[in-house]
Amino acid sequence: MLKLLGSRLATAVPSLIGVVIVTFLLTRVLPGDTAAYFAGPAATPQAIAEIRTKLGLDKPLPVQFADYVSALAKGDLGSSLSTGQPVATEIAARLPASAELTLAGLVLALLIAVPFGIMAAVRQGSWIDHACRIITTAGVSLPVFFTGLLLVYVFYFKLGWAPAPLGRLDVFFSAPETVTGFYLIDSLIARDFETFRAALAQLAVPAITLAIFALAPIARMTRASMLAVLSSEFVRTAKAAGLTDYTVIITYAFRNAMLPVVTTLGMVFSFLLGANVLVEKVFAWPGIGSYAVEALITSDYAPVQGFVLAMAILYVILNLLIDLAYGIIDPRARSEA
Amino acid sequence: MNRREFMKSASATAVATGTGVAAPAVFSPAKAQARNETLLIVSESGPNNLDIHGVGTNVPGYEASWNTYDRLITHEMTEKDGVRYYDRDKLKGELAEDMNIGDMSVTFKLKKNATFQDGSPVTAKDVKWSLDRAVSVGGFPTFQMKAGSLEKPEQFVVVDDHTVRVDFLRKDRLTIPDLAVIVPCVINSELVKKNATEKDPWGLEYTKQNTAGSGAYRVTKWTPGTEVIFERFDDWKGGPLPKIKRVIWRMVPSAGNRRALLERGDADISYDLPNKDFVELKQAGKLNITSVPYSNGVQYIGMNVKNPPFDNPKVREAVAYAIPYEKIMEAVLYGLGKPMFGAPADAVTKVAWPQPTKFKTDLAKAKQLMAEAGYAGGIDTTLSFDLGFAGVNEPICVLLQENLAQIGIKTTINKIPGANWRTELNKKVLPLYTNVFSGWLDYPEYFFFWCYHGSNSVFNTMSYQSAAMDTFIDGARAAAASGDKAAYDTDVKGMVDLAFADVPRIPLYQPFVNVAMQKNITGYEYWFHRRLDYRAFQKG
Repeated sequence: MLKLLGSRLATAVPSLIGVVIVTFLLTRVLPGDTAAYFAGPAATPQAIAEIRTKLGLDKPLPVQFADYVSALAKGDLGSSLSTGQPVATEIAARLPASAELTLAGLVLALLIAVPFGIMAAVRQGSWIDHACRIITTAGVSLPVFFTGLLLVYVFYFKLGWAPAPLGRLDVFFSAPETVTGFYLIDSLIARDFETFRAALAQLAVPAITLAIFALAPIARMTRASMLAVLSSEFVRTAKAAGLTDYTVIITYAFRNAMLPVVTTLGMVFSFLLGANVLVEKVFAWPGIGSYAVEALITSDYAPVQGFVLAMAILYVILNLLIDLAYGIIDPRARSEA
Repeated sequence: MNRREFMKSASATAVATGTGVAAPAVFSPAKAQARNETLLIVSESGPNNLDIHGVGTNVPGYEASWNTYDRLITHEMTEKDGVRYYDRDKLKGELAEDMNIGDMSVTFKLKKNATFQDGSPVTAKDVKWSLDRAVSVGGFPTFQMKAGSLEKPEQFVVVDDHTVRVDFLRKDRLTIPDLAVIVPCVINSELVKKNATEKDPWGLEYTKQNTAGSGAYRVTKWTPGTEVIFERFDDWKGGPLPKIKRVIWRMVPSAGNRRALLERGDADISYDLPNKDFVELKQAGKLNITSVPYSNGVQYIGMNVKNPPFDNPKVREAVAYAIPYEKIMEAVLYGLGKPMFGAPADAVTKVAWPQPTKFKTDLAKAKQLMAEAGYAGGIDTTLSFDLGFAGVNEPICVLLQENLAQIGIKTTINKIPGANWRTELNKKVLPLYTNVFSGWLDYPEYFFFWCYHGSNSVFNTMSYQSAAMDTFIDGARAAAASGDKAAYDTDVKGMVDLAFADVPRIPLYQPFVNVAMQKNITGYEYWFHRRLDYRAFQKG
């Protein structure tokens, strides 16, 4: 297990180095002049030049890169110009917001999609199978910002069930003391149930929006891999041996069908972090996606680099976790590694 | 009670508690009270720096500075078309209790009891340090100070603990008003110096995150890109104590949601919605909508007069006659703009700016002008706009493109991202574009100096050079400084007439500042900087 962990991490290093170089170059190639943008509407060429010097953008590219890497080695990701904060603190503050939302959406999607996929596979061709098909098709075809706005319109504006789409907490609540950065968990640790309820209420609609989007691939994959497993010989044997439906489907078939589902899950998770950008915009969610997009629009290099780097590290960790999960689910995967 | 009845009553209670859960978040009277003294503002973007002296402070940052710092002087309020509007010509003390204008200097006596938010007294030393900082840090603050001939630290002299003198470099009518804009704010120098470093002698890093002023509000929490929370400073001496104790400013990127928040009554104020939304909200009548034209601001079509084909005045005039003015007012602005075209043929030029041109849409005349200019065969060019304001710019350009095609000018629309727009303008090569300019100081010669003068500032986006124009502008500035009204009037009329005859840029309209408020909110004030002043707001 440790060997697997070590070799996995070792292969990640070159990709991270690549990410550092590519993001640095890409941000420099982007059209737009950071100094001119931040010099403000009333800037003289001289004022722009002053700002350029202050930001170190007048130095040659290799020097800028060396500065960036040496700062990076000290854990300094630079400062964002559009929010005025160090990128590392911003990412640390915003990542939990995105992660909480994404995980909530994913868990919700799992809770619905997996049973749905199993049912659809077990009762192939029944109404539940057709319902599965319709819902998953709708889920992937509706863009998240549309479902988001639609849900806000219906549940907040028309019905008044959902709270105002104003981010993670209603304005009259203060955030619980930070332990994990996840409001739901932190408020429980602080035993502040009113805040927990408020945070949950804010989370509900954006999480549903993400879940609708994530439902489709998970349900489809569950159904397909269940179908394959259900038609295999050991299932037929189990049935012939007179085991109950539950034991056959859940204990035997589902465990074997889980591998591709877990793989899809990893993909969906990374996918959702991307889809988050739009959901965060719609719900004024202070997450990492909206942060990166803002930075990109204003040619604010440091946050874009920091964001891509953080995402790359996240993906590496995610892939590692999935690999480890394979081993737990299926011992054969362990020996292959 | 038998079993059946018990079940009935139990389910009734269940229903009652069920609805109780759906009650709004305001539970206790204390919270309701807090809500009444709290103002919730929603807008698209927030500040990137709480200090206007910072590197690259954005426009929302100006609002934070305005409300958390005091200046020596500020403007009185008057009323214009039913809206409280700053009085350009009447100044009053904010930190100063007395202002004495001499021939080549002005002396301010500070209010003796004024303190900073940390309790330390406001002294002449702080004022000097702050003004020195404004003229020294470079970038926008220094540039703005220069606009009022405030350029060197030597100009600011401490007379005694509570007296400061500002010496004039030259006679300039804009010097005193320039002391009332956002930039010359008074900063707690001791506090900031304590937090300054060798690399950062003016403590810009500290004031970026912290407010160190004597203003009516202080920032108690700032989560960049998410929210800013202001609390009232109860010892404020700059004016009457504001009614609102707490201001929560939340960033809501989606315009649709900002509108929903207003309509549901959850947000109190929002000010950057699409024009269409403002018009619909106005018609619905559930909210108070205030629309005020930008002072000294004009949206225009600009042309590069250095290069063909727009170096030919006849072509420029043809464009001016080809613009679908009325359509732009209707379909793009929904009427939320003040037309700057179509003045009657016999209208007399006024000593004012902005004022309308005599152009109106006349395609036949435009075609004829094109033929006279020798371009009957047509022209191929690009029409550029800033994507950052695509909501207005894009439809303007599409409408213009349609009309220009009819007089033989074929245009390709060039969308330039916001981050890139100023770089492109600075190069001064865009042949044809739409843009907006507005100046804080509301004086015609100020506008013309930046936009038309041969010194070719960034805002002379057309690269327009005219000796006659320079004479008018310099003359008007000199006349304003010496108080020669007759000469001033002649020069201002002269520059307006020349600008309309040469048409390097074609004014379209004066944009409106639109603010939507709940019915129970009063006290909105229009300021030259167009951001909100929290100090006069009231709720209920």
